[in-house]
Amino acid sequence: MGKSGIWRFAALIAGFTVYFLLNEPGTAAAMHIMEGFLPVGWAVFWWAVFIPFFVLGIVRLNQMTRNNPELKLLLGLSGAFTFVLSALKMPSVTGSSSHPTGTGLGAIMLGPLPMSVIGSVVLLFQALLLAHGGITTLGANAFSMAVAGPFAGYAVYSLIMKSGDREKLAVFCAAAAADLMTYVVTAFQLAVAFPAADGGVVVSLMKFGGVFAITQIPLAVSEGLLTVLLWNWLKSYSPNELSLLKRQTKGGSL
Amino acid sequence: MKSIWKNGLMLLAVVLLVVLPLLFVNGEFGGADDAAEGIITEIAPDYKPWFGPLTELPGETESMLFALQAAIGAGVIGYTIGLLRGRQDRQMLNDQKN
Repeated sequence: MGKSGIWRFAALIAGFTVYFLLNEPGTAAAMHIMEGFLPVGWAVFWWAVFIPFFVLGIVRLNQMTRNNPELKLLLGLSGAFTFVLSALKMPSVTGSSSHPTGTGLGAIMLGPLPMSVIGSVVLLFQALLLAHGGITTLGANAFSMAVAGPFAGYAVYSLIMKSGDREKLAVFCAAAAADLMTYVVTAFQLAVAFPAADGGVVVSLMKFGGVFAITQIPLAVSEGLLTVLLWNWLKSYSPNELSLLKRQTKGGSL
Repeated sequence: MKSIWKNGLMLLAVVLLVVLPLLFVNGEFGGADDAAEGIITEIAPDYKPWFGPLTELPGETESMLFALQAAIGAGVIGYTIGLLRGRQDRQMLNDQKN
């Protein structure tokens, strides 16, 4: 077998490997509240709660990019990180799979409001193309992932940064909190919509929480670690402050 | 500890968090939402979803779109990091000249 023969053989093996990897039978897994699975009243309610945040988010985004075009870079990065992480469906300790949200990083860099826009764009993509989540439940899903998560992450970040300058710890905790909060809120949304016949909302919350929140705990840790990794990477090339909080207090610009 | 080791350890932890459940937990690893669907039918057996997904793509196409989603994101992240690094290099070059 000549040199070209070896290469052809290698290419064949590689081709088959890719083919079998891609063709592995997989179960479709999605983690947000599915299309049609919230009663009409609740679907409308969560849309109504979400829309003001979305509008404020758009206003904030316009302000930010007008005053500081450089922020567009961080904006793209936040969106991209959310895109990547919410595509990663990871197995977890409960025997179910779920995915991280990636909204914590953006909340730290840009503040929680812009994430309401970025997060809902990701959700819309998944709802329209992937039958993952849904249009009727988009309000509820966007509220949990694009509003509640980022706000929780930002709050945790500010809290830790104020009590001491441990930035990496703050980034880790913020990302994990944003991730976990998203699914706690999802469990809550389902519990109030489907209270158990005996025991009511509390019993339902325990059940849904057991599925969503417990599954999410190891994933939240993973998301925290991945966010710190990207943070370290960015830090080594960017002399400017990455976080909104620090930019404001130091008046630095990026 | 050197930062490269710290970063390596963090990556290892992420990998372990994915691999260990697969090894030690006996489960189907279906989506958490399918499990939630089970609970809904248990609590409210009469509930009928009142709206279905607009598109129902084949599983393979769906996984292709998920891969596409991740690829787009990874591309943008790579672009940003490259841009920042390029800027830093240029900055250093300018500093050396002056």
